[in-house]
Amino acid sequence: MGALLEVTDLTVQYPTRFGLFTAIEGINLSLEPGQIHGLVGESGAGKSTIGAAIIGLIPSPGYVAQGDIKLLGQSLPELSQKAYHKLRGAKISMIFQDPQTSLNPLLTIEDQLVETIRQHSGHSYQEARDKAVALLIETGLENAQGRMSEYPHQFSGGMRQRVVIALALCTDPDLIIADEPTTALDVAIQAQILDLIRRLANDRGVGFLLITHDIGVIAEITDSVSVLRGGKLMEEGKTAQVLGHPRHDYTKALMAAVPRLEEKLDRFANILSDEPSLPTPELLWKVDGASDQFATDWLLAGERHTASDGPVLSVRDLDVTFYTDRQFSLGKGTAVRALQGISLDVQPGQVLGVIGESGSGKSTLAKAIVGLVRPSAGRIEFNGSELPLGRERARTHPSRRKIQMVFQDPYSSLNNRRKIEDIIGEPIRFFDLARDKGEQRRIVASVLDLVGMPQRAMLKFPHQFSGGQRQRIAIARALVARPEFLICDEPTSALDVSIQAQILNLLKDLQAQFGLSILFISHNLAVVRQMSDHVVVLKSGKLMESKNSDDFFAGPGDAYSRRLLAETPSLDLLLGA
Amino acid sequence: MFSFILKRLVQSIFVMLAVSLLAFALFRFVGDPVAVMVGQETSIEDQERLREQLGLNDPVIAQYTRFLGNLVTGDFGFSYRTRQPIGQMILNRMPATVELGFVALLISLAVGIPAGIYTALHNDGVIANAILITTLIGISIPTFVIGIFLIYVFGVQLGWLPTFGRGDVVEIGWWKTNFLTLGGLRALILPAITLGVYQLTLTMRLVRSEMQDVMNTDFIKFAIARGIDYRTVHYKHALRNSMVPVITIIGLQFGGVIAFSIVTESVFQWPGMGLLFLDSIRFVDIPVMSVYLVLIALIFVIINLIVDILYFVIDPRVRLKAEAS
Repeated sequence: MGALLEVTDLTVQYPTRFGLFTAIEGINLSLEPGQIHGLVGESGAGKSTIGAAIIGLIPSPGYVAQGDIKLLGQSLPELSQKAYHKLRGAKISMIFQDPQTSLNPLLTIEDQLVETIRQHSGHSYQEARDKAVALLIETGLENAQGRMSEYPHQFSGGMRQRVVIALALCTDPDLIIADEPTTALDVAIQAQILDLIRRLANDRGVGFLLITHDIGVIAEITDSVSVLRGGKLMEEGKTAQVLGHPRHDYTKALMAAVPRLEEKLDRFANILSDEPSLPTPELLWKVDGASDQFATDWLLAGERHTASDGPVLSVRDLDVTFYTDRQFSLGKGTAVRALQGISLDVQPGQVLGVIGESGSGKSTLAKAIVGLVRPSAGRIEFNGSELPLGRERARTHPSRRKIQMVFQDPYSSLNNRRKIEDIIGEPIRFFDLARDKGEQRRIVASVLDLVGMPQRAMLKFPHQFSGGQRQRIAIARALVARPEFLICDEPTSALDVSIQAQILNLLKDLQAQFGLSILFISHNLAVVRQMSDHVVVLKSGKLMESKNSDDFFAGPGDAYSRRLLAETPSLDLLLGA
Repeated sequence: MFSFILKRLVQSIFVMLAVSLLAFALFRFVGDPVAVMVGQETSIEDQERLREQLGLNDPVIAQYTRFLGNLVTGDFGFSYRTRQPIGQMILNRMPATVELGFVALLISLAVGIPAGIYTALHNDGVIANAILITTLIGISIPTFVIGIFLIYVFGVQLGWLPTFGRGDVVEIGWWKTNFLTLGGLRALILPAITLGVYQLTLTMRLVRSEMQDVMNTDFIKFAIARGIDYRTVHYKHALRNSMVPVITIIGLQFGGVIAFSIVTESVFQWPGMGLLFLDSIRFVDIPVMSVYLVLIALIFVIINLIVDILYFVIDPRVRLKAEAS
């Protein structure tokens, strides 16, 4: 069979103020009909640029500097703008990452489907509508006929992604570029959507180019894969071969950084780093007397919770009820019970993993513990004494210092208008941990050192750092309050695999060094596996299971937990690595 | 939706009560009404009698209730200056202001929205930049300077258009309109442009920035990737999504146009409510001022209500959420 897509020596460049930036360089790949080819790499690897180049929508001012893209033997870069646009939808289509944002919120799905079908065919409205319904049924939307007149916001995330896929399919394209199609979805929905893509490839012979950062997704459904880094192709070949027996050092390192469900590692090993190893002025800049040793001593010098018997944190029968938006009605709005009768304990020096899909109440639990959300019933005990709930907990309450939090998104959890020195120094001043200015500076610099950042970072602003570096800063900020208890709410889900491995290593080190107790929240079972001593599973605000981590991953008792575990993409392929 | 409108109406009543209280305070406590009404030679006894007749010796609450009752029943009292009923005076002047504001709004929308779309889609184009700079100049110059400039160019130098007054009007019942005669329409042009220029710039820039935001969203990229016509993408998908915030601002601004047409009316001697208000200030005609205040508040409240209802029409998310609750 002739190749569906043939990309040779593709180079895309962007003119910038600092000269020409090469986003991708010398990329080769080919795809047969009915095949799924994965493009995997971390952020900045150029995966999405390849997709954009193929569909001819490279954001201005970027352009294809070199190379060729052939679709069914036709060279694409030679086409006029107009001819290219005719091709979109008809021959190539695309699926975007977030089904929340990829549908027009003001049009019904019927409008959007019928419009797309009629754009590319001479169908009458009724014919187009019939075809749309048939497609929705094919993509597994229940009651497709009845739901045609609904608006996107009336669908759940997984259903919306099915509509998106139906939209991409409705013009019978030969190639679909799927850019992180399951990243925004829960594990269970992800498994269904991946099934659907595999089925469409097999049944319809559509070729898929699947762009993702998730090795699990690659392992699950792709036939072949290209590993990218910094715009260059590192390695390509059959998926089983590339993942199972990687030849390139980068691929090997990447595989080592992927958290596994099957075994708990003490640390992630062998991570490639772009950090220069030679001492640069950046690294040589030091505050007098600051070092990671100083930070360790200072953090340990604070009064410690005398490791007594009994849990550090104990939650009993916690209920949280929210009321829906009341703007449009006269009453109180409908009650949503976000948490119902949650009881759990965190033992001193242990990590409790909290697992749950979106909407399960994981984050609400974290917020209730730190006092950002007011529970409607229940008790929270910290070191044996009861904590006031919600806003009743004074800002001066000792637990405000002892319980610290690391948030999911390091881009929005740091104030962009303040220097790192002020951001990390704030808890020191607020909790009155050090009066002397020089002392404060020394502590900030030392803690940065401790979390693996150059001390000079304290002079900069958050926007000058990458996501991983920001998360280190956020951890430093939590650490500097000398906490006994750390709540990490999805601390790595916004990060690349290798950065995630670094952050998880850091958290493990800190936890061991300072005997921290941690509540570790994640939807990613493999990450929880790597971090936790004990695991609880939440579903729709209820506690499904609470078990020792090793026992849990060896065989969860609860049916829901078993399903979650089964739906997590298997990395069996990697075990040989 | 019904309960939503009901709720908004209840809120509006509170707003109106607050404003009427303010208007009442203005009427009652800024200066002594009797001293303003009577001449110097009126005796103290006569003044006292007048005070008693007008009910100024009653408790404040009773006076406020009476004031409110009068307003609600359409009895706005008499002007100090002209001795005419205020309701009559305002009714005489209102058509002029409403027609002026309406045409100004029409100009600002008819020019502002297309210009906003054009500048959003041709970002960095020469024409787009020219439009942006020109309107920036327009918005930076005070309204009265623009008015005077227009009078100088089109009235004095070219002599094409009349520079003051309403020109020929046709009476339909009590409503005098400019729309039915050529002279009336000609008289409208300069003041309407003067009044609309600020709103035009605002509309254009708002449409532009909203449209640019929307053009960057995934659903627009997806629509383009599906090969939908660019024209459809721009006008059906993008424009409608840009309109929600635009309507809010335009609605509120329209209230402003009517309320603050004072400057324009004064420059063009346009016999509308603004000019009436200005004259009333000059003669400390407090009853007229307080009625004007209440009336403008009412216009704002009504426009706000209309804007809220428009949300329902445009955005299914609001519509369906309201239906669900």
